[in-house]
Amino acid sequence: MADEQVKLTLVEKLGRVDRRIIFLLMGVAVLIPLLIHYTTTIPASPIVQDLFDKVESLPPGSKVLISFDYGPATAPENQPMATSITRHCFEKGLRIYMISLWATGPRQATQLIEDIITPEFPGKVYGTDWVDLGFKAGGQGLINTLLSDFTAMYTTDVNGRAVTEFPMMAGIKSLRAFDLIYCVGSGQPGNKEWIQFAGDPGRIPVGGGTTAVMAPQLYPYYPKQTVGLLGGLQGAAEYEAALMVKYPKYRTMSRVASEKMGPQVSAHLVIAAFIILGNVTYLIERRRQKKRQ
Amino acid sequence: MVTIGIMRHLGTVIALLAVLAIATPVWADEVPLAPSDFRAFDSPSDHGGGIDLKWQRSPDDGAGRNIVTAYEISRSATPEGEFSQVAWPLKGVTAYSDNGLTDGAKYYYRIAAVSAGGLSDQVSAGPAVASQQWFNKKRANLLVVACILVFAIVYYIYLGAKGRDLHIRRIAGLEAVGEAVGRATEMGRPVLFIPGIQDMDNVQTVAGITILGEIAKMTAQYETRLEVPVSRSIVMSTGRETVRQAYLEAGRPDLYSDDMVHYITDEQFGYVAAVDGIMVRERPAACFYLGAFFAESLILAETGSSIGAIQVAGTAMPTQIPFFVAACDYTLIGEELFAASAYLSKDKKMLGSIKGQDAGKAVAMVFIIVGVLLVTLATISGNHAVSRAGEWIKNLFALRM
Amino acid sequence: MKRTIPLLITFAVGLILIIAMFIPHDPFFDMDRNFSIFYDVIAVFAFILGGGNLLRVHLNKVYLKRRDWKYSIVTVGGFFLMLLAGLLKIGVTEGWSGNFQGTGSLFKYLYDCTFQPLQSTMFSLLAFFVASASYRAFRAKTIEASILLVAAFVILVRPTPLGYYLTFWLPDPLKFLTISNLSTWILAVPNMVGQRAIMIGIALGIVSTSLRLILGIERGYLGGE
Repeated sequence: MADEQVKLTLVEKLGRVDRRIIFLLMGVAVLIPLLIHYTTTIPASPIVQDLFDKVESLPPGSKVLISFDYGPATAPENQPMATSITRHCFEKGLRIYMISLWATGPRQATQLIEDIITPEFPGKVYGTDWVDLGFKAGGQGLINTLLSDFTAMYTTDVNGRAVTEFPMMAGIKSLRAFDLIYCVGSGQPGNKEWIQFAGDPGRIPVGGGTTAVMAPQLYPYYPKQTVGLLGGLQGAAEYEAALMVKYPKYRTMSRVASEKMGPQVSAHLVIAAFIILGNVTYLIERRRQKKRQ
Repeated sequence: MVTIGIMRHLGTVIALLAVLAIATPVWADEVPLAPSDFRAFDSPSDHGGGIDLKWQRSPDDGAGRNIVTAYEISRSATPEGEFSQVAWPLKGVTAYSDNGLTDGAKYYYRIAAVSAGGLSDQVSAGPAVASQQWFNKKRANLLVVACILVFAIVYYIYLGAKGRDLHIRRIAGLEAVGEAVGRATEMGRPVLFIPGIQDMDNVQTVAGITILGEIAKMTAQYETRLEVPVSRSIVMSTGRETVRQAYLEAGRPDLYSDDMVHYITDEQFGYVAAVDGIMVRERPAACFYLGAFFAESLILAETGSSIGAIQVAGTAMPTQIPFFVAACDYTLIGEELFAASAYLSKDKKMLGSIKGQDAGKAVAMVFIIVGVLLVTLATISGNHAVSRAGEWIKNLFALRM
Repeated sequence: MKRTIPLLITFAVGLILIIAMFIPHDPFFDMDRNFSIFYDVIAVFAFILGGGNLLRVHLNKVYLKRRDWKYSIVTVGGFFLMLLAGLLKIGVTEGWSGNFQGTGSLFKYLYDCTFQPLQSTMFSLLAFFVASASYRAFRAKTIEASILLVAAFVILVRPTPLGYYLTFWLPDPLKFLTISNLSTWILAVPNMVGQRAIMIGIALGIVSTSLRLILGIERGYLGGE
């Protein structure tokens, strides 16, 4: 009895590439841009540019509430968003109020303070230009309460100091006192809750950023209920690009999202190449099968 | 020469002063007219402690002399007592909610318009008394929709209980469950069941555990090994009860072991690492992922694909469904997960509940189509009546807290 | 009895919580949040069951020297190491009065140096698995699959230079067909439509399942008599 060995043609082999080769190429595609520090600049899309323009239009002294609604797991996507908005606000002379609906949020706020505010904006005074009010539980219930009475919930800052000590807290009675609510979110409670329970009923401009997976759920709110949205790392990179155009000094400073987009771009290209390869081989095989029939 | 120079510039100065006099309103430092129709009443449909205030704007707010910058609201416990300021709504605002008050206590309010020149006359309102309400009227529309839905479901459950034959379309993923378990039996390899990574308070987990019962009956009948690693302790307890009962009903209590359902860890990626390890070592022939999943869905599905298992997934997490669709052989999308237990058990009452759910979907479809047509027509024609009708339908389903 | 009492409790609590949704008056106000807290408390106690089970399974494996029993030693060792490091606040500069995650704590060190990198590693597997899943799944076998393929391709290439160069040359009247605009449209319109339809179905499915549970028609989760 003869052994029948099925010899695959080149086309068939290309249509059945071993997953380990795919993993290897993906690894290389992600590693090389990181090693050579490949940075890509992606022009801001309209949804990101609108958010940028909104912040840009606020006069100095305007109040921006930044809500840190994410944790370390999504920090690679979300932290660059927080960085960009902080830089933008301070360039414009806006006042930043930091809160969090997530228990893991304050840690991210602390990281922002250590990495960006302290080294890049040493002239900004705590309590006058920015304040960290910390985490409060309650999710959308908290947002509801803040809409009518902000200081009932935030009587102290994250370090236990009375908010009445801070000049920038004077006159803050409710969320309506803010000129923009900026939510950096990655789930629930997050951007959607801010839109539904603060932006819509309080007619307060709401914008922000979220992870790439959650972003499609928020697109329908744009542009009426959210002034703009940063979708994932790409959105963060687009905001950085807009920031660089307006404030050229950031071209030479660390741009985390743009730097991380290098691996993402090359990974996308690898996946696209494999999809094309898979389909080309599939179509060739199908044609051959039809010919045999 | 100097005199001529001064005379020449004097004209310019006089002209400038004249322009300034014309441009500067005479009433810049005057007090505005007071707002009117100031009312204070108990906040409706709330938990108490709230009083709503409404007023008509001052004639100088956005009209007239247009000098109003804000309003000042003050409150007192007695009409002649000391009033303390409580709010400063901006110009253009005509309502305010005062919260944190004591139920049953009387409150008196005053409002004045504010301008650069000072405060207008005070307008009073009150007494108003905050109290709790027994019905949240803001959710009346939700109650109506809920009643319609519940009625439809209960009606079809009743029809099912009466023995009426209720047709449910074929769901490929559920038809494949028997095939998957059979394949595992033939290959002598175990069946792996993952009921999601959420706890029993998530209805998807409950749905997953219920389906586990049906699958456990099959594995008991075919004497196939069943492995159920779980991420929550309560799910472990419930899973064990379910599987034990299933083996009892199948007449094979001897095959049951508590170790079939075992706890790994609550932590998402620790759990998926352990499950991946189980998959690679035990090489189950059939993998079921039925419950609530997050980012680990693709990791599980791809590992299952790499070991050549037949995979049936089902989740109600919209963000994870695409991953399962791409990587698994069969996927139960959203509501199909909730229909699974009824579908597999063929219980008439449970099948009736699915029909009732479909009736609810039909109602939703009708409203969506009508609403879309109205809004589209309103946009094209600009007709106010059509536009109002479209708004009415939108507001009918708006959820107000 | 073993089944009747849980069914009665399910019915009563389910009904009360539904009614509480529409009654802002005490004691119904915030009842759902309070019940959630009660559940969390029970779940914390139940954790002892889970932890105990984990230890029992792995200690049994070690004792009987079943396949890969050495890995069970690692599991049990890691379990006790983290437990004791946090419980005894080992290394915390303030001692027992300090936070178990405070400066110098062994727990924080282990969390930052082992747990977080491991967690990130598992998460990063997604990048590789997305590639292999896409290669396998996005084949133009049917018309629907072809549409899915085109949509996926457009969104994939959007942030890349390829996405720019493929369509940047389009004249103004056709600018809506650029990869950038097309991908935004795909995410905002057809993708959202599909997600909303699924969410409506899910919501109805949850109502139906919850009603079955409350009315006691669905009792598989209760186990036996």
